[in-house]
Amino acid sequence: MTRHRGRGMAAINYPIGMNLGGDPSQALVHSNPSGKFTVALSSIDLGQGMKSVTRQICAETLGVPVEDVYVDTADSDTGPHCMGSFASRGTHRVGNAVMAAAREARGVMMEAAAEELEVNASDLETDGRGNIHVKGAPHRSISVKDVAIAAQFRQGKTISGRGIFLVPLSDVDPETGEMSPATCYAHACLVAEVEVDDETGEVGVIRMDSAYELGRALNPRLVEQQLVGGAWMGMSHALYETTEPYYPDPKQGPRDFVEYLMPGPGDICPHDIAVLERPAPDGPFGGKGPGEMCANPVLPAIANAIFNAVGVRIDELPITPERVLRAIKAQGGARPQTRR
Amino acid sequence: MAKTPLQFRHNGRDVALFVDGGTNLLVVLREMLGDVTPKFGCGQGGCGACTVLIDGDAHLSCLTLAEAVEGRAVETLDGIKSGPTLHPLQRAFADGFAAQCGYCTPGMLMAAKALLDKIPQPSREQVVEAISGNICRCTGYEPIINAVLAAAASLRASA
Repeated sequence: MTRHRGRGMAAINYPIGMNLGGDPSQALVHSNPSGKFTVALSSIDLGQGMKSVTRQICAETLGVPVEDVYVDTADSDTGPHCMGSFASRGTHRVGNAVMAAAREARGVMMEAAAEELEVNASDLETDGRGNIHVKGAPHRSISVKDVAIAAQFRQGKTISGRGIFLVPLSDVDPETGEMSPATCYAHACLVAEVEVDDETGEVGVIRMDSAYELGRALNPRLVEQQLVGGAWMGMSHALYETTEPYYPDPKQGPRDFVEYLMPGPGDICPHDIAVLERPAPDGPFGGKGPGEMCANPVLPAIANAIFNAVGVRIDELPITPERVLRAIKAQGGARPQTRR
Repeated sequence: MAKTPLQFRHNGRDVALFVDGGTNLLVVLREMLGDVTPKFGCGQGGCGACTVLIDGDAHLSCLTLAEAVEGRAVETLDGIKSGPTLHPLQRAFADGFAAQCGYCTPGMLMAAKALLDKIPQPSREQVVEAISGNICRCTGYEPIINAVLAAAASLRASA
């Protein structure tokens, strides 16, 4: 028996959100009299960081400290509408809606501050630390809290804003049939190195090296977390996970989660990631979204690496030892390809 | 059905209750004592989300008969922080972004605590071994392994 090393590469182009138009999300932003802001969303944070990223986007747009913004995703019955947390759309779609809402709320906040300071709102700016002052004259200043109190109790204004992001429908060119399926794309390239045992058909992933281009990384630690976890999931789908039986007779297949195969902490490999930032013109502060595409390049890269190692092309997932072994036997043994 | 009296120590507090025969420890903790930090994942011992410590050893509470902990000390995630101060493992998990959806986190923390209580300075391999019965869908394990090693380092620094 021999263990063959192989290396494979894959590159992907990933459209952000649902395509061809529509895909709306709404956001509402308001302040209470303490000068703290609430973002109301129906978008769900399932651990990917939706709350953190929309909080950052709102604070940055309003010009207030991030600590003064609270994101409430409590209830999709009563909150503003959202299509959902999928298709890597959260940062881009919801982020844009939050930005629009925060921009409108900022307009009201600056008007209210202008009234208190008896100046023109266009002469005011925020310092990002919870104060609003006259441009070039920081001593003519009022805190956001005092503006919120004045708006609530003296001026009778709500410091609030509405936001929605809707992708315009892409028309079909009658001549060519061409249309614009998405407004922005994320990209990734990944190299996987594997070891294939030609006696057992077992595939081990030795290391991965990747580059992900995902617009501006609005929260670099969250992006890194997505990429590390997502690539692992890609590896898991490539080699392990299936709800379908492994053998021709369904009786031998997995019956429950105990028999559902997933790699454990001992099956991970070193993964070196480079994050490239090419801000999207229509993204909130240039953000696109790492989301699903962090898993996508791993599967074809591993399939290519297996071909490079033993010369068999597996086009069914997951690439189980049985499938590898059958393919090796069918071609009469392992045929290692040239290593590049 | 006859109920069985049961007494054990739950996070340093003595508890006494009556259980039906066949009740597992996870049900006692979550439904009778209201400690929902051990999670119900698979109910079959396949995922590790329900991990608790019994006399310092990591056990799957979904597969442990409640009566088996008579007179013993059961420790859950609910008991590992001291007052408002997080346990070094919790701090390291938070700082190291070692949780996403968080469902596996209580089990991971308890499995890791069982390790660090016995082996304060584990190797990476020992950490992997200690959490090998705990499944995580989101993180890819790498941040969890790193967080456990970071917690060990911070415990060493504060020792």
